[in-house]
This record gives sequence, C-alpha cells and structure tokens, in this order.
Amino acid sequence: MTFDVTKHHLVPKHTKLGESEKSKILGKYGVEALSFPKIMTDDPAIKKLDVKSGDIIRIDRQSKTAGVSEYYRVVVEG
Amino acid sequence: MVTNVHKKIENISFGLFSPKQVTGMASAKIVTPELYDKEGYPVDGGLMDIRLGVIDPGLRCKTCGQKLKECPGHFGYIELARPAIHILFVRQIYNMLRSTCKYCGHVLVPAVNLKKYLTNLDKISEEEGFEARRRKVKDIVDKHKIKDKCPHCEKKLDIIKLEKPYNFYEGEIRITPIEVRARLEKIPEEDLVMFGYAKGFRPEWMILTVLQIPPVTMRPSITLESGERSEDDLTHKLGDIVRINQRLFENINAGAPEVIIEDLWDLLQYHVTTFFDNEVAQLPPARHRSGQPLKTLTDRIKSKEGRIRHNMAGKRTDFSARTVISPDPLIEMNEVGVPQVMARTLTIPVRVTEWNKEYLKKFIENGPKKYPGANYIIKIDGRRKTITAETKDEILAELEVGYIVERHLQDGDICIFNRQPSLHRMSMMCHRVKILPGNTFRLNPAVCAPYNADFDGDEMNLHVPQNEEARAEARILMSVETQLISPRYGLSVVGCIHDAITGNYLLTKELVLSRVEALDLLYASGVDDLSALPHKEKVDGKEVFSALLPIDFNYIGKDKAGNEVKIVNGQLKTGNMDQASLGHEKGLMLRNIYERYGETFTADLLGKISKLGCTVLARRGFSMGIGDLDLTPEAKAEIQETINKAEKDALSLIDAYYAHELEPLPGRSLLETLELRILEALNKARNKTGDIAVKQVKDSAAVVMAKCGARGNPLNIAQMTAVVGQQALRGKRIERGYNGRTLPYFKKNDLAPKARGFVRNNFKSGLTPYEFFFGAMTGRDALMDTALRTPKSGYLYRRLSNAMQDLKVEYDGSVRDASGRVVQFMYGEDGLDVSKTKNGVLDVKSIIHDVMGGAK
Repeated sequence: MTFDVTKHHLVPKHTKLGESEKSKILGKYGVEALSFPKIMTDDPAIKKLDVKSGDIIRIDRQSKTAGVSEYYRVVVEG
Repeated sequence: MVTNVHKKIENISFGLFSPKQVTGMASAKIVTPELYDKEGYPVDGGLMDIRLGVIDPGLRCKTCGQKLKECPGHFGYIELARPAIHILFVRQIYNMLRSTCKYCGHVLVPAVNLKKYLTNLDKISEEEGFEARRRKVKDIVDKHKIKDKCPHCEKKLDIIKLEKPYNFYEGEIRITPIEVRARLEKIPEEDLVMFGYAKGFRPEWMILTVLQIPPVTMRPSITLESGERSEDDLTHKLGDIVRINQRLFENINAGAPEVIIEDLWDLLQYHVTTFFDNEVAQLPPARHRSGQPLKTLTDRIKSKEGRIRHNMAGKRTDFSARTVISPDPLIEMNEVGVPQVMARTLTIPVRVTEWNKEYLKKFIENGPKKYPGANYIIKIDGRRKTITAETKDEILAELEVGYIVERHLQDGDICIFNRQPSLHRMSMMCHRVKILPGNTFRLNPAVCAPYNADFDGDEMNLHVPQNEEARAEARILMSVETQLISPRYGLSVVGCIHDAITGNYLLTKELVLSRVEALDLLYASGVDDLSALPHKEKVDGKEVFSALLPIDFNYIGKDKAGNEVKIVNGQLKTGNMDQASLGHEKGLMLRNIYERYGETFTADLLGKISKLGCTVLARRGFSMGIGDLDLTPEAKAEIQETINKAEKDALSLIDAYYAHELEPLPGRSLLETLELRILEALNKARNKTGDIAVKQVKDSAAVVMAKCGARGNPLNIAQMTAVVGQQALRGKRIERGYNGRTLPYFKKNDLAPKARGFVRNNFKSGLTPYEFFFGAMTGRDALMDTALRTPKSGYLYRRLSNAMQDLKVEYDGSVRDASGRVVQFMYGEDGLDVSKTKNGVLDVKSIIHDVMGGAK
C-alpha cells in the first residue's frame, strides 16, 4: 500500500469539471483549453479522478492573500 | 497581426563565393599597388579606383554614377599569381584532405556504409535539427581518417599532417596549395554531403585563386590637417598583397628559380592570411611602421570593441548626459539640478510660430556659447545650420515660421533621470530641469531611495525627450510624483531621510518658538499660507508642523517608540513625527495623505516637510561629539560589573562542563550546549549594558538620531559607549586560527569568553590588540560575504525579470504571457493592485469610514 498523496496536507483539492462547468470556465476566460496551464494524466494528484486528455481540473488552493483561490489546469497526455 | 509584408525571408544559407561569382560581381580588377597619381587623383586599377566607390566629395562613382554618401561602394578583385589558402577554412580543408582519397577523390567510407550513414544523417537532421547533424558529421569524419588504403581504389595512402597555421604535409613532403586545390576538385559532389556541405558548393573555393577587394567606402582614407592622406589599415594590407602578387607574377614570367618563387608565394600567403585575421597563432601580426598591429577584417568584427558588441549590441544615444551626483535639499523632489555647461550642449527643438518668433530670436542672438542660447536651426527643407557668431545675423534675418530652433535646456524642461542598475521602474523617473552652477547633477535626498543612490561617487544618466509626445508620455507615466508608492509593497518609496527626520522629530517633540521664529521657519520651508499658524506669542513645535497639514486631515498611527500619533483636523495632537510617519518604506502618514490628497499634493508636502526639518536643524543647531558618549562613573561601574559577572558566569559554565555537571539541552551535544549558554549569557550582558548606556546618554545627538530613526540604532551607541560584545563567525564564537586556539596569545583549548572573540571594551575606550583582531576577522567575513552575494543575487534577479518580462494582467484580472497562455487566473490570487493597498492590505474599515462621510 503506497501513500495516498491526495491526503497530504500540502496537496490541494483537485476536482474534475463537468462539461457544462468546463464550457462556462472556458467562456469566462475566452480561450482555448490549451491556453490553460497543463497537468499530465499520470499526475499523482488526479490519478483517482478518472481523467482523459482535454478535461479541466479545478484546484482549490489555500492562499495567503485570498483565503481560498481557484486554479484550473487542462489535462494532457503524459 | 497582419501587416504589409512585401518580401518575406524564408531561409538564409551561408556559403562561399566561387571565383566566378567574385569576378562576376566585381566592378574593377586591381592590378597596381599605386593609389593616386601625381595630381592626387585615384589611379585606374589601383586600390582606390573610383569604380569601387567614392570617398571624396565632388567625385562621382564610375560604376553607379552616384555621389559621396549615395554610392554604397562596389567590390573589386585581384587575380592571385598562385593560389592561397583561406586561413579561416584551414580546419575544414584539413578534414577533407584526411578523409578523402587523393587518387579517386572519394570519401574514405566503404561504399556499403555510405548509404547507411546518409539515411542516418537525414533522420537526425529531421528529428534533432542541424546542430545534431553537424555533430554527427564530425563523428563520422573523425572515424574515417586515412589509415592505410582507400576502400574504393585500394591504393595506399599516406597520413596527412597539418603544420599550423596553414601548411599541409604528406609524410615529409609538403602539399602546395595548388596540389591541395587539385585534390579538393576531385571530390565528387555526392560525397560532399558526408561533410555536411549543401549542394552547389565546391570545397576548392576554400583555396583562393582570386581575392575580393572590399569597396573603398568601408576603408576610407583620412585627410590630415597637413593635407597628407592617411590610408585605412585594410588598404595598407591590400597594398601589400597587390605588391607581392605583382612581383610573383613577374618572377614566374621571367622564369625565376623555384626557391625565389616559393619564397614570394609564402609571403603572399602570409599577407592574404593576415588580411583576414591578424591574430593567427604562430604568425607574427602585420604591423604599422610605428609597430602597432594592423586592424584587419576579423579585428573589425570580434571582441568588445568590434562591430557586434560595440556598434550593434551597445548603442549610444544622443541628447543624454552622465555625471556625478550630489545632494541639494533645497531643490524640489521632482527637479534635477543640471550643470549649465551641460545645458549648453543638450538642446530641445522648438518650432517657430508667429507667437514665439521673437522669443526664439533671443536664443539665436545669444548663440551657442552664452546661456540661454541655441546651437542649431533646422530650415523648412530639413537642412541644418550651425549658429555661430558669423552666421548669427544671417540666420536671424532668414528665420521664419516653420523653422526649428534647437535651444538650450532650460528650467522646467522635461527629462528622464536614471541610475543603473535599473532594477525597477523607479530607477527611471521623469524630473524637471533646474539649471545650476557646478559640474554635478543635483538631486533631492528624498529620491535617493528609489534610485538606491548615495553620493560617494555615484554617477547618473539624463535623457532629454525631443518631441511633445515623448515629453507628455514621460511626464504622465514617469514623473516622480506618480512613482511615490511602490508597486511592490504599496507603501511610499520616497520619504524624509536623515536631517529631515531629526529636525521634524525635535520640532514636534520639544521645541517652543516665538511667533516670529515660527513664521520665519515656515516661510523658509516654502509655506506661503501662514494663516494656519495660531495667533499666540509662543508657538508649540507641533503647531508649527500642523501648519503644513491640510485642515481636514485625520490620522491615527503609532510613532517609532510605539506611542500614539494623533492628527485631528490637521492638528498634530499627540506623538512625535519620526521615521514611522515620514520615512521611506515606513511613512504611514505620508501614505494616508497620498490616498486622501493625491500625488501632486503629497510630493509638494513632502518637499515642505523635508525642508522644514532641515531648516529647524540648521537654526537650532545639531552636532555630535565624543562628549555625547560620556557616562557617569556610576554607570561605568555598573557596566563593568555586569560584564564581569557575565564573564564569571561563562567561566563557571566552562568549569561545569569540564566537571561533567552541565545538563545538555535537548538535541544538543554537551559542547554545543556550553557554547549556546555562554553566548546567551554574554548577549544578555551586552543588551543590559546597552540599556544602561542609552539611558545615561539620553539627550545626546546620537540617541536622538537613533530614536527617531534618522540614522544609527541603540546597538551602535552601546558598542561605542559600553561594550562591543561577542564577535561571531557563521553564528558561532570565533574558533578558527591556530591548533586549538584562536591566537597564539591564548592557551590551547581555552574556552573563556575573551579567548573566543568576546570584546569587552567599547569603541570609545579602545580595543586591545587581540580584540581588534577578532573585530577584523568578522569585518572581513562580512565584506567577503556581501562581495560574493551581490553578483549572485543580481544574476538571479536578471533571470527572473527576463523570464517574466512579457507577463501582463488582462482586463479580466488574469495574468497571461505574450502568446495568451494563462499563468494565473487571478493576479496574485486575490486580484489586488498592490500599489493601491497599504503594505498589501486593503483597509476596508477606513474605506467605509471615508465613504460614510467621515462619521464616527
């Protein structure tokens, strides 16, 4: 049994966006998904999320300046 | 982005000129070493032939028919009597000779492998690019040098050696350039690919049979005052080549002995070589008669003074100036003092109109020497005329609307002031010119902080924008006033320093002035509305200071000592003005004024406050002497006692250590525990003595300055009056030096405070020799540390700023790079503009308070 990194306190919460959320976010920033920062499919933090290339991951980070901040990454093959 | 592209570069290929191309593009064949005839006219077929371009005014180019400056120059050529090797291709020639057969010309790669290599090469260049291909080519060539026999024609081959710089030997026999050329000619085109050369290139072009003569326009001669002509180094070199070439021709035609011809040939090779590169190893550089080496082609291009680093990468700019800076607290913050001598060289173009014609005429009348004057006029057709005593009257007469007068720099002109390293945007700010006597730039000490300048010899640069648009842009975006708040931490980057702080501190703390004195003081600080001063016989310092503040200003903060500073309706009620209110990076009161009253007002107020402080100090008098550090005998005794006790404590700790009675601290060894506890005991003692000392010298200038944050701190005072204290290297007591001890003065393994760098004297009483030595040790360590750290952090910052230079906050608050990729979805995660905050925090409470109309 290996350690589950998503349980570690330094790993922020990763969630997969649904299709409607995805298009909403892309519309909000008015860009193609590939202009987003990337995350690889084999990234340990999203292993359990059942992702495929092109999905968008939302990351809720604890922020010193803003409390909780939202960040997005697009999944790429890796 | 779509723009009109007429021609688009698809690729660039590098190669050599073939002899045919050289003769084809040449506009003259050079046959004689003579330059000019008796009349001083360029000789036809000479090196200064006017078919190669013109450098004399009045003459027309025979090739293109254009005049001086219009004609770009044209190449010529000379035919070499015997071929010469091009020095820059010796390496390539050597590689080819070594890897080909001299009989059949094929590469020494067995036919079976050839195909394999070629497909492999193509694959590499496609996958990894040209650089990888080039490396592979080098590997293959190295692998298949001459070993024994040619794999194609089975003939025996000898090993070829290169005798630097350009002689080839096969065994013991020298291969002449003619022979080398013949061998290169034999190499079939298909095999050249193995060496990485493109189609259409022939290796024999690397052996020169004709030499291209550069146009005269790139080697102009200079006419000296005596009327004598001085030729360019390149012309000299070419002259040598032509002369030797001539002699070689004659000797060959006359059937001279082979030895003589060989000698001349070698000489020709030498001259051709040094024409390209005058710094070839093993070859003596060609020299002038004076003994200084000639500057030939490679010298023009390479190194720091070469074309690339000097002219292309490092450009100089007009209308700029540089000199030493010095302080002037009397000029405004947004001004810069410019020496008059500079103002007479730096100019601003002003277009003549009906309305300013008479005004501009005055400048022309003054001419270039008398300030304020003018140096040039530009006529409507764009021609430029120098104003001199002789041309002055003529210019005055012809001056009309539409002309441009380049007048001297004047008070109030806009300029950009800069100090390197320009690490942030406050390193280049827009100032107004103030013409002053002397030879240095003058700046208000308040703006030292953003430039990170001091006056120990610093130099700064000044640039004068030349048109309205540039001036407007500089003024609106770069003015000192607009740069008051740092975008890094949201506090003021400028503020009062040194005397200005001390003065205001003393004024608001203890001064009581007569009304006349107060009025005089305010007026001297640039206050013209004196009605704010209360009508009383005796005026308190706080009231004098309050006269500067706006009547509706409210502020509650803390001063440096932690007492409350309260300003109600523009009146300073409690607290003293010090660094915490006025200083840069701290000045919270300034920050609040900026928020309420805007940049121009703040800059103006800061100037007044600063001047007030300096004036107060000048009138009251403020000086520091050795007497400031005197202590009463009781205090001295107390300090001595404290130190003695601490030393005794330390010694007893050491005794306990040797007696194995010391309790180790958790996670520490016994020795570490001892060190820590000794350090603790000594530091405690120093702090205690420091307190005693500062209390004793309460009202001295040193303490006043330390208290208000103008300069120095209590530790400095304690070190001067009480005890210097423990010297530390890398966070430990000093333990280096000799075997088991720091200096031979001490016994081995002595752990006592004084043997390990504790300085029990103070700077006033003086240090013992060993104490001084300890001080020197830490002093040098600190010096080395800063000397090594500065370039390191500088490079770190440079890489960081280069990597992030085109990141930009978009209107939706996201941060994106130049190609539109998102870097942050919300700038800084909170989307705050730091320069609109106070130290990165938005004070919502005070905003609400303001919005509600200041209600309680």
